[in-house]
Amino acid sequence: MNIGTRKILDRSFTAVGIGSIVVMALALMIVVVPIVYNGIGAVFFTGTVEHRKMLHAEFKRGDSQDLSSEVASSDRYRAKVYDMLTGFEAELEAMAPEKKAEYQSKYSQVRTALQALLGPLPGDPEPMLTRFKYGQTRWEKAEEKLHDLLYESKWDNSNPNVMSNEYFVSRAIGFEGTSLVKLFPYVKDNLENMLLPEFTVYWGFITDSSVDSHFFGGIWPEIQGTFFLAIGAMLFAFPLGVVAAVYFTEYARPGFLNSMLRSANSTLAGVPSIVFGMFGLAFFINTMKVSESKSVIAGALTLAIMILPTIIRAAEEAILAVPKTYREASLSLGSTKWNTIATVILPAALPGILTGGVISLGRAAGETAPIIFTAAVSVGSAIGLADVFSSPTPALSWNIYNLASEHEAATQIRHVQYGMVLALVTIVLLLNLSAIVLRARISKKLKG
Amino acid sequence: MLMTTDVRKTSESLPGQKATREIYLPPQRSSITGGGTAHIAAKEFSVYYGEFEAVKKVSADILSKYVTAIIGPSGCGKSTFLRAINRMNDLIPSCHTTGALLFDGEDVYGKFTDEVLLRKKVGMVFQKPNPFPKSIFDNIAYGPRLHGVNDKKKLMEIVERSLRKAAIWDEVCDRLDKNALGLSGGQQQRLCVARTLAVEPEVLLLDEPTSALDPKATAKIEDLIQELRGSYTIMIVTHNMQQASRVSDSTMFFYEGILVEHASTAHLFTNPKDPMTEDYITGRFS
Ligand SMILES: Nc1ncnc2c1ncn2[C@@H]1O[C@H](COP(=O)(O)OP(=O)(O)OP(=O)(O)O)[C@@H](O)[C@H]1O
Ligand SMILES: [Mg+2]
Repeated sequence: MNIGTRKILDRSFTAVGIGSIVVMALALMIVVVPIVYNGIGAVFFTGTVEHRKMLHAEFKRGDSQDLSSEVASSDRYRAKVYDMLTGFEAELEAMAPEKKAEYQSKYSQVRTALQALLGPLPGDPEPMLTRFKYGQTRWEKAEEKLHDLLYESKWDNSNPNVMSNEYFVSRAIGFEGTSLVKLFPYVKDNLENMLLPEFTVYWGFITDSSVDSHFFGGIWPEIQGTFFLAIGAMLFAFPLGVVAAVYFTEYARPGFLNSMLRSANSTLAGVPSIVFGMFGLAFFINTMKVSESKSVIAGALTLAIMILPTIIRAAEEAILAVPKTYREASLSLGSTKWNTIATVILPAALPGILTGGVISLGRAAGETAPIIFTAAVSVGSAIGLADVFSSPTPALSWNIYNLASEHEAATQIRHVQYGMVLALVTIVLLLNLSAIVLRARISKKLKG
Repeated sequence: MLMTTDVRKTSESLPGQKATREIYLPPQRSSITGGGTAHIAAKEFSVYYGEFEAVKKVSADILSKYVTAIIGPSGCGKSTFLRAINRMNDLIPSCHTTGALLFDGEDVYGKFTDEVLLRKKVGMVFQKPNPFPKSIFDNIAYGPRLHGVNDKKKLMEIVERSLRKAAIWDEVCDRLDKNALGLSGGQQQRLCVARTLAVEPEVLLLDEPTSALDPKATAKIEDLIQELRGSYTIMIVTHNMQQASRVSDSTMFFYEGILVEHASTAHLFTNPKDPMTEDYITGRFS
C-alpha cells in the first residue's frame, strides 16, 4: 500500500471515530439535558404560599410568624373570591329550576378548579387525603390550573376520520349575565397576590420522606433504600466474587469441571435481570425463607447473585494481568502461595478488582427487575438498619417506574419523577467517578 | 534437616560436608574439588517439559561459597537447570524431573521437602529486574516480614544492611519510602539482589542478572558478586564470556541440555577439554 492511500485510510478512520463519538455525545445530551433540567426543578423552583403552609404543617419547617402574615395577606385577596362564590350561590338559589340545573354543573366545575388552585374553599369538609389539603405548591403548576379555571377543554369529534381535537372554551362566556363572570378576570389578575410565588430551594426533596405517595415531601426513603440494597448486595458479592476469582485463577486445576464452572459464570452474566428477580423470590423468600416476604436482605441477596459473575470476571482478569514476575519474586523469597496472593497479587490487582466492584455497585443501584418481587415497595418511610431483615424498602429504580406508569396521579408529580431519575443518575455517576479516582490513585501508588 | 520433616540420612551425602560448612575457604581457582564441599549436587538429574527433556542427566557438584558460572547457547537449558534448584519450575504444570538434586545432602524433589523453606535458603535474582510495586523499604522488608520479623527497628537494620551489601544504600537512603519502580534498571536489579540478601539465603541464583543493564550498571553488579563471594554460594547464568571469566571460580558449559564440561574457570577458558567448549568460548559457534 502506498503512503498516500495509507494516509487517506488513517484520516478517514479518524473522521469516522470522531463522528461516532459526536453522535454518541449528542444522543447522551438529548437524554441527559431534560433529566438534569427537570430534575433540578424538584429542588429549585418557584414555590407558592401553599408550599410553605405544607412545609410548616407536615415538616414543622419555616417561621410561624412570617407564614401567618403571608397567609393573612393572601387571604385578603382570596376573601373577595369567596365572597363572589357566596354571592353567586345566593343568585343560583333564586333561579328557575332548569336554569339552575344548567349553571349548577358548570359552577361545580369552577369550584373544583378553584380547589385545585387555592386548596379547600370555605365550607368544604376537611379533605381526607393530604394532597387535597393544599392548593398548588408550585407556581408553574398554578399557572396550568389557572388555565383550567379560565377555559373548559372540549373535544372536537365532528370528523370521524381523524383523531378528535382538543379545543378550549372560555368559562367566563358560560356565566355571561351572572355575578360570577367577574371572578375569572379577578383570579387571573390577582393570582400572584393569592399564592405569593417566591424562588424556593427545597433541599428537603433529598432529605424528607414523601407525604401522600409523593405528592409532597422528598425522596429520602428511596435514596436510602437504594443505598441499602446496593451496598448490601456488595457486602455479599464482593468478597465472594474475589474469593471465587482467586480460586479460578490460582487454585482450580484445568479440567472439565473448571471449564464448566467458568462458562456457567459467563452465561450467568448474560441472564436477563428479571430472571434473577424471579429466582430471588423463588429461592430466597419461598425456599430459604430469609424473610417472611419482601425484604431488603432478600433484595440484596438477589442483586448479589446478579452482579456476582461480573465481579468474578473483572477480578479474574485483574489477577491474570498481574505480571508473572511479581509472583516469581515473591515465591523466590520463600513466600507461601497464599501469602503471595495476599501480599503481592491481590494488591497489584486491586485497581482492576475495585473497578469491577464499583461498576457492579452502580448496576445494583440501578436495576429494577430483581427487586420488584424481592424488596421494593412503592411507598414507605425510610427503614432503620435493624429492619433490613424484615422490611421491604422503597428504592429509586423501582419508584421511577412506579411513578411513571402506575401512580394514580402520575402527570401531577412529574417533577418528583425527574428528581428521582436525576438522583439515581447522580448516584451511579458518583460511584463510577469514585471508581475512576480510586483506580487512578492506587495505580499511581503502584507505579511510583 | 530444617528442610524436611524426614530425618533419614541420605547415602549420597558428600564426605566432609558437615565439618567445613561454616568456615570460609579461600577460593581455589585451580581445581573445583580441591578442599571445597558440594553445597548442591546433581546426580543424573533431568528436567522435562512434558515429553521434552530440557536438562539431560546432569551430574555435577556446586561448591559451597564459590561462584559458579553457567554458559551455553540460547535454549540449552541454563535457566531450566538454575530454576530447578529452588523449584521455581513448580510454577510450570508440565514440568517434572528425574534423577536426584541434593541441597545440603537432601533431595530437593523429595516427598517431604518444604519448597517454601528451600526457597528461603536458595534466593534468586531474575533476568529482568522485578521489584514489587511497593516502596523501596517494603521491597527489602518483604522477605524478613514473611519470616516473622515485625519490629520496625530490626527491619530498618536489615534493610540498611542489605542495601549496603548490594552497594545501593548511598543511592537510595534518602528515599526509602519512594516506589521502587521509580529506580533505574541497574538500581532496580541491585535492589532485587538486596531483597534476596535480606532473607539471608545460603545460595544466590542469578539468571542473566546483567543482560538488561548498561556496562556501568553491569560493572556494579559484577563488583557486587566479588563482594559476596566467600559468603554465599553463587550461581550465575551469563552469555558474556568475559563476565564468566571475571567473576566465577568454576564454569559449567551446557549444550542442548547436556552438561558438556564443568571445570575451574581458569582451566575451562584457557584449556577446554571438549572441542565444543572451545568453539563456543572462542565464538566459532552459532
Ligand atoms: N515453560 C516451558 N515449556 C516448555 N518448554 C520450555 C519451557 N521453558 C523453556 N522451555 C524449553 O526448554 C529449553 C531450555 O530452555 P531454557 O529457558 O532453560 O534455556 P536457556 O538456556 O535459559 O536459554 P536463554 O539463554 O535463551 O535464556 C528450550 O528449548 C525451551 O524452548
Ligand atoms: Mg534463560
